[in-house]
Amino acid sequence: MARSTSRLPWGRVHPIVRRAALALLIAGVLLGLAWSGKFQRSTEVYTLVAAVLVLFLAKYAYTGLWFGLERVGVRNARGRWQARSPFLQRAVPPVVISGVVILVAWAAGLAPDLSLIVLLLITYVLYLLPSRWRGFAVPATVLALVVAYPFFIQQTNYQRFLFNLPVFNTFPSMDTMVSMIIFAMMAIGLNMVVGYAGLLDLGYVAFYAIGAYTAAWLASPHFAAYGISFDFGSVAEPAILRVGGIHLSIWLVLITAGLLTALVGVIIGLPTLRLRGDYLAIVTLGFGEILPQVARNGDKDGLGFNLTNGPPGINPIDPPGFGNWLSSHAGLPASYLSEQGVYVNFLTLMFWTALGLLLITVFCSVRLRDSRLGRAWIAIREDETAAAAMGIPLMRTKTWAYASGAFFGGIAGAWFASIKTGVFPDDFFFNISVLILCMVILGGMGNVWGVVAGAAFLEYLNLEGIANFNGWMNDHVFVCDPSKQDPSSVISGGCLNAPLVTFGIYGVIIVLVMLLRPQGLFPEQRRKLEFETGVHDTPIQDETA
Amino acid sequence: MTADILTTRSLHKEFGGLLAVDHVDFTIPRDSTVSLIGPNGAGKTTFFNMLTGVYKPTSGQVEFDGEDITGRPPHAITERGIGRTFQNIRLFQQMSALENVLVGMHARLRGGIFASVVRTPRIRREEEQARVTARELLAYCGLAGRGEVYARNLPYGDQRRLEVARALATQPKLLLLDEPTAGMNPQETLDFIGFVHRLREDRGLTVLLIEHDMRVVMGVSDRVTVLDYGARIAEGPPSEVQRDPRVVEAYLGTRAVASG
Repeated sequence: MARSTSRLPWGRVHPIVRRAALALLIAGVLLGLAWSGKFQRSTEVYTLVAAVLVLFLAKYAYTGLWFGLERVGVRNARGRWQARSPFLQRAVPPVVISGVVILVAWAAGLAPDLSLIVLLLITYVLYLLPSRWRGFAVPATVLALVVAYPFFIQQTNYQRFLFNLPVFNTFPSMDTMVSMIIFAMMAIGLNMVVGYAGLLDLGYVAFYAIGAYTAAWLASPHFAAYGISFDFGSVAEPAILRVGGIHLSIWLVLITAGLLTALVGVIIGLPTLRLRGDYLAIVTLGFGEILPQVARNGDKDGLGFNLTNGPPGINPIDPPGFGNWLSSHAGLPASYLSEQGVYVNFLTLMFWTALGLLLITVFCSVRLRDSRLGRAWIAIREDETAAAAMGIPLMRTKTWAYASGAFFGGIAGAWFASIKTGVFPDDFFFNISVLILCMVILGGMGNVWGVVAGAAFLEYLNLEGIANFNGWMNDHVFVCDPSKQDPSSVISGGCLNAPLVTFGIYGVIIVLVMLLRPQGLFPEQRRKLEFETGVHDTPIQDETA
Repeated sequence: MTADILTTRSLHKEFGGLLAVDHVDFTIPRDSTVSLIGPNGAGKTTFFNMLTGVYKPTSGQVEFDGEDITGRPPHAITERGIGRTFQNIRLFQQMSALENVLVGMHARLRGGIFASVVRTPRIRREEEQARVTARELLAYCGLAGRGEVYARNLPYGDQRRLEVARALATQPKLLLLDEPTAGMNPQETLDFIGFVHRLREDRGLTVLLIEHDMRVVMGVSDRVTVLDYGARIAEGPPSEVQRDPRVVEAYLGTRAVASG
């Protein structure tokens, strides 16, 4: 038997040494590339590489510290440290880590500004709170920061007060934030179907479209052509009201859109939900394709009745607002568009309302999950046959999941149409269904907070993140000559044009997540189990009453 | 109120050309424990699945508690009072033991979608009461203090017990146990026999058992029915059935076949 003696006994090298070597190798390659002249030699790149490397090595230095102390004769240093108060155990490591990062940044000439330090401090205090307070304090703080966000971002030259995000450069604009929230709502809706009940739905965009078109029907001059003229609490311009059509208050529109979409969900669900697994996915995919086609062809030529106005879509839709009555009686803004403040304006109100709708969605989603119905959904996801044998009516329960998911998709769609003041059939392609599904999977199926995070992140990348990242790469990494750049190719003139391949980048992200963390970034507690192996026979908790 | 809680009349099932259950007439008297035995592939589980609505019979009739339940969906049959366990454990693996039992109570709870979101006082009370009942059931089945453990992390014997607890949570009048002692060691099996006796005494349950372990069958049954190739070949008290030549033949083969 030939035994290769020349090969390095890689398997026998201590894993710490192995990983450290790998990290140094990667860092070396990066720095080598930077020095080769093909890429820029920028401080920012060095700093980032150094910070990651230092953090990585610090983890091993920590282990090495105890080992070293033992070797020089300090007996049981680690044990004695661990015997100290649990508070110190928790409190010290983050200080050391952030201290190292800040020092590295400082050495590179990147002075962290005050706002970064304030944010770090807030995070640190939240981290140190006893867990019974943390459960309340973390969401409350996050919510307070998000509600106050318009006041930061709408300052002129806000970068003076807020640190620049590394690599991604700027904070998301108000428009982007609103989109992120709308997609988060839809992701939560889809999560009820896919995450809770385990029904793979590839046509969720249909519900989004129905919601949007409902808003168009109920708050625009669209039906004026048929002599319908109706106004209740709308905030449309008098000129538009004179044209006719149905003009309902946006709040009623939202509720109606939700209910109508849920109804359509039931109608679509009744025949399809008898199918299982792959078959269901294909049929929902079909519905997701059919509905946008109906929207595209639902005009006089296609349908004989102008329902959707065909390819040009329905435009304008009345902007959101509380209407004159609520304005004079409760002091609420009559029309969002008429608010012109520096901080409190159309964008801010739109953002706050979307945030309110998101909170309602989260609330309902959590309440449902913890109810009799939510248990039934999870039971169906786990084992349909057993669930039926336990007295769960499969069709009815699945249809409820579908309808609840559709309800929030419809509301999100209606709000989207209302703030865009228009609805166009090309907004509802299949890729939106896939995008929302990616948000659910990336965030962590079943976990509401994970899904919100996944949706916010992907939609941010979609609208700003990838473009920002691209700009940063061209400024700091690539030797880019914009005059030689061809806008239709991904790499030209030394410049990268990443937004051209946005969906490709999603693909890479999803593949990476599936390989490295298949349960998603923030998995539902019970989903985590699915991906842990070897715990089947050994109870993790052995409690006695 | 009929004397027999469950009656099947000429219950018949074919899968394509394969005959699984052949015109079986079968009754379970109220407050009794009846066992269904037979060699592998005799059609016991198919028979079970027809009683619980998982399969629709090709022909024939199932009557439960004076009502025709032939071809009703499983959840409707569970609602009427038939609880069951599965031959291969089919717990909701990623739900805690308590949640598993709560799912079993599904048909007995009322909480609708709107009331659940608003969490009305009535729903709140109902949920609290359900949790108390579920914990009692767990304790009754020997799983006290294990309520928060995920089903998949329970040891095998406890998973079997949890299946029974979950079935009891549906508040059955008739409990169907499909090979409940499969994979148990002799001591666990003995405990289980005691448990079935207690079920009858404490809860007035009628029990139908599919079982291979003859000690269990002899230990708990009032009556034994033997299936072979889908047909009923014997019925009677355990001691008689044990001596029935046709039963011995079905299990061991005839002397002629065995020697030749």
